[in-house]
Amino acid sequence: MTCSPTPDPILRSEHLGRVVNEKILVEDANFEVRTGEVLAIVGPSGSGKSSLLRLLNRLDEPTSGTVYLEGIDYRQIAPRELRRKLGMVNQRPYLFPGTVEQNLQFGPLQRGESLSKDSVEELLGRVGLKGYASRNVANLSGGEAQRVSVARTLANSPLVLLLDEPTSALDETSKREVESSLQTIVRDQGLTCILVTHDTAQAARLAGRAIVLASGRVARHGPINEVLHA
Amino acid sequence: MLKLLFSNQLYLVLAQALVAAIAAMVVVLLAHKRGIHLESETIVAMLRGIIQITAVGSILLLLLRAPRWTSIFLLAAMIIAAGATSARRAKDMPGAFRVSAWSIAFGSGSVIAIMTWLGVIDTAITSLVPVGSMLITNAMNTNGLALNRFRADVLAHAGEIETALSLGADAKHSVAPYVQAAFESSLIPAIDSLRSLGIVWIPGLMAGMLLSGARPVYAAIYQFVVLAMIFAASGLTSLVSTLLIRDGIFTAAQQLSLQPGR
Repeated sequence: MTCSPTPDPILRSEHLGRVVNEKILVEDANFEVRTGEVLAIVGPSGSGKSSLLRLLNRLDEPTSGTVYLEGIDYRQIAPRELRRKLGMVNQRPYLFPGTVEQNLQFGPLQRGESLSKDSVEELLGRVGLKGYASRNVANLSGGEAQRVSVARTLANSPLVLLLDEPTSALDETSKREVESSLQTIVRDQGLTCILVTHDTAQAARLAGRAIVLASGRVARHGPINEVLHA
Repeated sequence: MLKLLFSNQLYLVLAQALVAAIAAMVVVLLAHKRGIHLESETIVAMLRGIIQITAVGSILLLLLRAPRWTSIFLLAAMIIAAGATSARRAKDMPGAFRVSAWSIAFGSGSVIAIMTWLGVIDTAITSLVPVGSMLITNAMNTNGLALNRFRADVLAHAGEIETALSLGADAKHSVAPYVQAAFESSLIPAIDSLRSLGIVWIPGLMAGMLLSGARPVYAAIYQFVVLAMIFAASGLTSLVSTLLIRDGIFTAAQQLSLQPGR
């Protein structure tokens, strides 16, 4: 399902934690992700999965520990550059008003670049939406919108793709479409991914390793089959 | 009718105030019937209003003989009070009072200073303080509207804002549509006042000037002057407050600190 990971860790979380108003959201999270692998973060609702992903993207500030991206403490990296390198896809696509192409151009425009028509079509092809560039996002189905959201994140050429429950707000048909696109991206391009999901079957289909969160702490981690069947 | 009942001017004005307050309370009762509870806020606001305006009237009476420079302190105190009142509309926003006070001070203060220097506002304390207070009050209302709208938009669109941040946008860009919407919506009352001037309403200042014997054309044009100054002061205030508050809702690491449920 996934490409064989190379030995070097691209991202390492070291004693990562966040406490807000004495409430522990994430506590002492230690794990690493190797280039080309897919790591699933699973656990029940409220276990801190999304909070952990927000810390990795530095949308929230850790109250303890840190994250190393390619061996560099991520606090040393400018937040905008860090977020470009750690591309995030949310549960809801949050597309900006306008066309599909305008959404794909958003990220590159932030650093003064723009995508060629061919690049836009190539990105849309990666999520199975060739020919959609000029469509208005208001007319897309839920599954199409989420795939545009994935393509929009890929337009930034991220080193790691952070997926926060990317199919949980979709119906079964749309869920299969999005998952199929993600499998293509992971399998064909060997993109490093961290997938947050409460769906263990989906985690088994997409990921090679998993960590299980419980009350903000890493309860188990290891190869997907061992962790999910422990 | 009230004039037939009260020959004493003090009793007459108190009766007029009572009737106006009853009219306001009728609205509160109608709102109550629709499940909208404005009772305590309205009663407190009316009591505060009558006490404050009576106090200011008394102070103005004392200040008639005071040196002109004392009006600066009076206007400064009004700006601070306006900042505190306005900030209550956005109390969970970081630095709401500081932003409000500075914005109102800059917006109304600069217009008052320039217009006084040019001679549009008379330096007499009886002219500078009432006209200045009109500018400060309207700047306060505009600031409150801007902060309220901006806060509501940011809370409703936190997902979109963080998506933009996740895609590498800087903090300013991620909230630009909401800054613009807050600025535009906050100026609607000032624009509508200018648009409807003389057709829908004859403002109090003009009515007062007419009652005191000023020529109608002069009173009318001066009313336009005041409303244009109000627009300028309100616009500057909103421009500054939306920019200052925009920067205040992000951390140094460009994280959105104003979040639903936090």
